[in-house]
Amino acid sequence: MNSQEQSMRRVTAIRNGTVIDHIPAGKALSVLKMLGVDGSMSNPVSLVMNVPSKKMGGKDIIKVEDRELNQYELDRLALVAPDASVAIIRAYTVAEKMEINLTEEVVNVASCTFLNCITTNPREPLPHRLIVIKREPLELRCHYCEKTQDINGLIENLL
Amino acid sequence: MPGLITMDDLTNEEIISLLDDAERLLPVARGNQYLPLLQGKILGNLFFEPSTRTRMSFETAMKRLGGDVVNLGDVKNSSVVKGETLFDTIQMVDGYTDIIAMRHPRQGAAQYACDSATVPILNGGDGAGNHPTQTMLDLFTIRQAHGTLENLNIVLAGDLRYGRTVHSLSQALTRFGCEVTFASPSSLSMPQEIISDLRSEGAKITETDDLLSHISTADVIYMTRIQKERFPDESEYAKVAGAYKLHARDLADAKAEMIVMHPLPRVNEIDPTVDKTRHARYFEQAFNGVVARMALMCWLLGVTIPSDIKSDGGGV
Repeated sequence: MNSQEQSMRRVTAIRNGTVIDHIPAGKALSVLKMLGVDGSMSNPVSLVMNVPSKKMGGKDIIKVEDRELNQYELDRLALVAPDASVAIIRAYTVAEKMEINLTEEVVNVASCTFLNCITTNPREPLPHRLIVIKREPLELRCHYCEKTQDINGLIENLL
Repeated sequence: MPGLITMDDLTNEEIISLLDDAERLLPVARGNQYLPLLQGKILGNLFFEPSTRTRMSFETAMKRLGGDVVNLGDVKNSSVVKGETLFDTIQMVDGYTDIIAMRHPRQGAAQYACDSATVPILNGGDGAGNHPTQTMLDLFTIRQAHGTLENLNIVLAGDLRYGRTVHSLSQALTRFGCEVTFASPSSLSMPQEIISDLRSEGAKITETDDLLSHISTADVIYMTRIQKERFPDESEYAKVAGAYKLHARDLADAKAEMIVMHPLPRVNEIDPTVDKTRHARYFEQAFNGVVARMALMCWLLGVTIPSDIKSDGGGV
């Protein structure tokens, strides 16, 4: 059994649901937060962190049973896991492979991290817009105040 | 709707064309010619934080061009204190006016208003963000003194972190090939994203905490106020206030044509002895706000400035 197989078998195969692999090591909890998985739901969720990966050195994996994530939900993950691979599982087999897309603009995913930005008033109705300035390393700026965003702060500001 | 939120909204050609327009409007700004190009138009002045020059020069500019002005007035007496959102305020004023000039304490407010409005928005300052109409009058003043905007040596001094006028100005100057020196205490240095943007565009910039050693090579020294209201507490303000002050004696080795500018109000940064020197240009600079804003309002409202305005030939 190679190390990748060992990693995958730390948790059992799921019958139906979504597997998110190649999450940067240590970011799985942020991914769960972005997906709104907070323990209040009834479907099982498995998570492994810091397992060896040939490609990444170390990685996290998440398996969400009985829930198929849609493209909109996945694209939100681009802030923390832009290179993660996603598989939709049906009857224990990969029914569909999906990609996370980092669009030119991240809309209504997180609010600006700059405390004096106009968008910090929660009653202001226009969408929260973060413009992608650079992809590697990821650099985002608020469309309104033009402040460069603190990526960890954005995780705290998820909408 | 097009507006002027940052200097990125203007190309270099548009800047030059607007400065040419502003120059033609000098006799109108001085009251020597009556030219009601904006008759029937209403400017909405929305100043959510204090302003003297910007608000008054917008008002003067509109009235000199035959238009009218409605003011938000004191924020304390407006719906803002009742919790009205900026979006709602803009919806209302949008219906009352043809163009809006706005200053707001929150950064990004001008872009937010622009995205909410159907009439053009002129950013008169948003938090520590941008102040492009000030930049236009600054550029006008520099060109008036040196005959060009290209390849000048400009020193921006004082509060470069919170001083929004220098953010917009440095971006504009480097687009014309100027060499810019940022002279400030380290706690008030130019924000790193602006430095990084300027460097990535190939701008020639220098950062220093020593203003005096750059005076002799400067074509322009642009002083700014250490702004008390931008500091979280009094003690931090006290530490740096007064660190950058210019006296007439400091200008002994300056180039003859070097000009000292300041967006005003000044507190201690420029000693009154400088006022009497040939270098002082800050009061003319404040006057130039009228022509610069006239040109911008005409441009945004699609009104062409005639090329045959009779020159009054006088000075300011």
